[in-house]
Amino acid sequence: MESWRRHPWLFAGLLLPGLGWLVAFFLAPLFLVWLMSFGEKRGIVEIEITWTLANYARAFAPVYLEILGKTVWIAVLVTVITIVVAYPVAFASAFSSPRVRPWLLLAVILPFWINMLIRTYALIAVFRTRGYVNFTLEWIWNALGLDVLFGPYAPLQLLYNDFAVIFGIVYVFLPFAVLPLYAAIERLDRSLIEASLDLGASQVRTFLSVILPLTTPGIVSAVILVFIPALGSFLIPELLGGPNAYMIGNVIAAQFKKANDWPFGAALSFLLMYATFGILALRTLLAGRRTGGGHATGKEEAGTWA
Amino acid sequence: MTTMPVQGQNGPPTVVRVERLRKVFPGVVAVDDVDLDIREGEFFALLGPSGCGKTTLLRMIAGLEIPDGGRILIDGADMTFVPPNRRPVNMVFQSYALFPHMTVAENVAYGLKVEGLPREEIARRVDEVLRLVRLEGLAARRPEALSGGQRQRVALARALVKRPRVLLLDEPLSALDAKLREEMQLELSALQARLKITFVIVTHDQDEALSMADRIAVMRAGCIEQVDEPEGLYERPVNRFVASFIGRINMLEGAVRDTTGDRIVVDVAGMGRLPLAADMPLTRGQAVTLAIRPEKIAMRRLADLGAPAANGLRQRAQVDADRVVVAARVSEWAYYGDISYMVTHTLAAGLRLAVVFANATRETVEAFDIGDEVVLSWRLADMLLLTS
Amino acid sequence: MGMTGGMTKDMAGAKRTGGGRLRFRRWRWRRPVAPLDYGRRLWLRLWVGTVLVVLHAPIVVLMVFSFNNSKRNVVWRGFTTKYYVKAWHNESLFEAFTNSLVIAAVSTVLSVIIGALVAIALWRFRFPGKAALDGAMALPLVIPEICMGVAMMVFFARIGWPVGLPWPLSLGSIIIAHVAFSFPFVAVVVRGRLAGFHREMEEAARDLGASEWRILVDILLPWLRPALVAGALLAFTLSLDDFVVTFFTAGPETVTLPVKIYSMVRFSVTPEVNAASTVLVLITVLVTALALWMQRPERLAGKAAGTVADEGGRA
Repeated sequence: MESWRRHPWLFAGLLLPGLGWLVAFFLAPLFLVWLMSFGEKRGIVEIEITWTLANYARAFAPVYLEILGKTVWIAVLVTVITIVVAYPVAFASAFSSPRVRPWLLLAVILPFWINMLIRTYALIAVFRTRGYVNFTLEWIWNALGLDVLFGPYAPLQLLYNDFAVIFGIVYVFLPFAVLPLYAAIERLDRSLIEASLDLGASQVRTFLSVILPLTTPGIVSAVILVFIPALGSFLIPELLGGPNAYMIGNVIAAQFKKANDWPFGAALSFLLMYATFGILALRTLLAGRRTGGGHATGKEEAGTWA
Repeated sequence: MTTMPVQGQNGPPTVVRVERLRKVFPGVVAVDDVDLDIREGEFFALLGPSGCGKTTLLRMIAGLEIPDGGRILIDGADMTFVPPNRRPVNMVFQSYALFPHMTVAENVAYGLKVEGLPREEIARRVDEVLRLVRLEGLAARRPEALSGGQRQRVALARALVKRPRVLLLDEPLSALDAKLREEMQLELSALQARLKITFVIVTHDQDEALSMADRIAVMRAGCIEQVDEPEGLYERPVNRFVASFIGRINMLEGAVRDTTGDRIVVDVAGMGRLPLAADMPLTRGQAVTLAIRPEKIAMRRLADLGAPAANGLRQRAQVDADRVVVAARVSEWAYYGDISYMVTHTLAAGLRLAVVFANATRETVEAFDIGDEVVLSWRLADMLLLTS
Repeated sequence: MGMTGGMTKDMAGAKRTGGGRLRFRRWRWRRPVAPLDYGRRLWLRLWVGTVLVVLHAPIVVLMVFSFNNSKRNVVWRGFTTKYYVKAWHNESLFEAFTNSLVIAAVSTVLSVIIGALVAIALWRFRFPGKAALDGAMALPLVIPEICMGVAMMVFFARIGWPVGLPWPLSLGSIIIAHVAFSFPFVAVVVRGRLAGFHREMEEAARDLGASEWRILVDILLPWLRPALVAGALLAFTLSLDDFVVTFFTAGPETVTLPVKIYSMVRFSVTPEVNAASTVLVLITVLVTALALWMQRPERLAGKAAGTVADEGGRA
């Protein structure tokens, strides 16, 4: 690696387009939003930056706090469910025969390539009152003769509630979680598992005492990859949750599209970003305490995979 | 393929019996219908070149591989398909397999915690075994902070603390340097003799096996060629493979000439007819190999014999009732400090004969030089007759 | 877990034939599973199977029902391709499709160029503020999409980005936004490839008298080709599939395919929506499959997973 001064013109040519784009079309917009979060509305489109903290204060009003709390709660639940579901899948993949493995991984990753909107939309057809799940249950109901005993099948309300949102987010982000888990499990020294068994531990004990602790960094990666996007989810709650399952992403979107309260939306948006950075900082801290932790971030990992 | 005769009632009891054990991987038969008996309290070695199946056999005894045929009995109970955590057998892995997220003490205690023993007893036994392997001060260290030799001892301690019926060791010394290896060889032998636990070690290093083991099974391509004490393998190998695998040896090809009489006469090309005692049935014309170990050959300067005898020997070898004498020329010489290793070729037929002798005096080293004419002699009784 | 109890039957099945050789009847359905052979354990297989079915079924059904001859698309009423025809002739849908392709194409070209240049700069040079730039480049990868979408919306509004421009230029704001979040991904891919570059090649060329520019074009670029292609395909799919950022950045008159599908979904669930979705799915899958296929001889999965593994594997 050489100093930029050796070839200043080459260096400028290489760096400036990217740097310029980043500053002008990414950092500047974020900065504007940050500024705006301290602003006040003065008419339909006029906004004055008065450095007020009113927007942030409003974010902590009970009604919004409740939504914030609910968002965190859903994100946590989703993360837990996703990790629990993804771990065995990653485990089976890591221990599958080399012939089967690429196909298995492909089968898991494939949905991840497909547009999130379309995947969410597909779930609507599955969960709605006249959707496939209800049809199947109705068929089973009738086939078992329960309609004679208890009357006609009453379709389950699987859409436009928390259940649908949680299922939808898990559904969409599951492949995201499998990859870092797979990488961590695959790297595990098999002889450690053999040693544990040889010393008398059962498979369950081996899993809890050896496999799980040693794959923790992978779990942490997976948690970050799921929790942060879940926190900022907007599309899935909108399509699958309706007004009953409002998350902070919906509130932010509403400020900019419907309610036209940009300063407030800006404040909420930045609160979300601070939360994101906080979690990443936490993870770097934990990784640093463990060994000499790394800095690769969530989507970057996903990016190298896609 | 060779069946090991079952030890009679007067020997120590068999602790591990392997019957017709078979393991097949795609494209290769790793273990080919092997029979083996391992006796209680002995230090047993599985010796062979890489790929001979010794590690696979060991892992099947440990329960880490499932056999494709045959069975394994431990203390008389069929444990062929019993999972490894339910066998009274523990293994020291080649890579040591120490848990990186636990301290030395936690590693060693792991097997005991699994048994559900009370905390005080675990602590006591961990202390005891750490003292046994001379690692007392290191209980709180992590594996990454230990040297190779120390890690090996932790692996040993971790297995020993469980007081297994059999301790399996997979190439335990392969990762150590020469000096440490020698040290550990002695330590392991002493440990085994003291604890009286049955040790089964897998190694490709014959010096290791010969020096540490009570009995050795020599394996090749999934089969056991010979099971015997070290001396038996060295002095009475059953076939060419074992003869050449253990130690150095000179091989001379010949054909059986005469089977009548109390001795067999073998015609060795370039040397003449050698009469030998044979304990197996042979047919006339059968191709056999005669072998003689280098250290069994005595060497002197040809000139010392005087001109007439020397001239006679230059033409042909001299074979009498119990010795062979032949003239040769030194072609290579390797100096090992305590011994000299010389390669000679016979003057009459150019047969290659290697000789080893101790450098008993300072002058011995200078006695012979490349190109010198020498006379080699050895006893017929020291020769081995190999038919396979 | 991991029980092999069924196999004791094997012992009972042993027969002694002539010559003292034991033969075993193979019990086909319960061949014992080795302790570490987790891939063959039934419960894991069931779990993975269920997950895969649940993951794929809704999409497969969606694609199948795009051929459904029923407007309300609830039950299957026969096979037809008329909704594809309908979608093809749906002017606004077609326009959205075209917009998506154009945006994706342009933003891919820009992202690859900018991303590759930055990657080379970061790989080759030391400069003050490098760590800060590294961190800043990671931001678009990490930031919640809605925050970025909102930021773009605010930005274009505040700087008075002209509204109502003629056609290709009207896509400008979307293209800018797409490039902004795509080029860091391209940079990551290119940097991965750069890590494997042998500097001796570069030094040999310099020794032979080549100028810096020549070196870049003749030596570095060919080496980077697989990463550039992979990065391009990545940027293409990111742009084509993007919804959230586009939703906030686009003006009322410019619509991309995902945004159009979104509005159609809110209206009603007809096979036409399925048809449009299926087309988008097929394009994405084909493009990504192409990316993978082109990467395979150059970079085995292990290299690409290196970054992921580095994170996941630290123990």
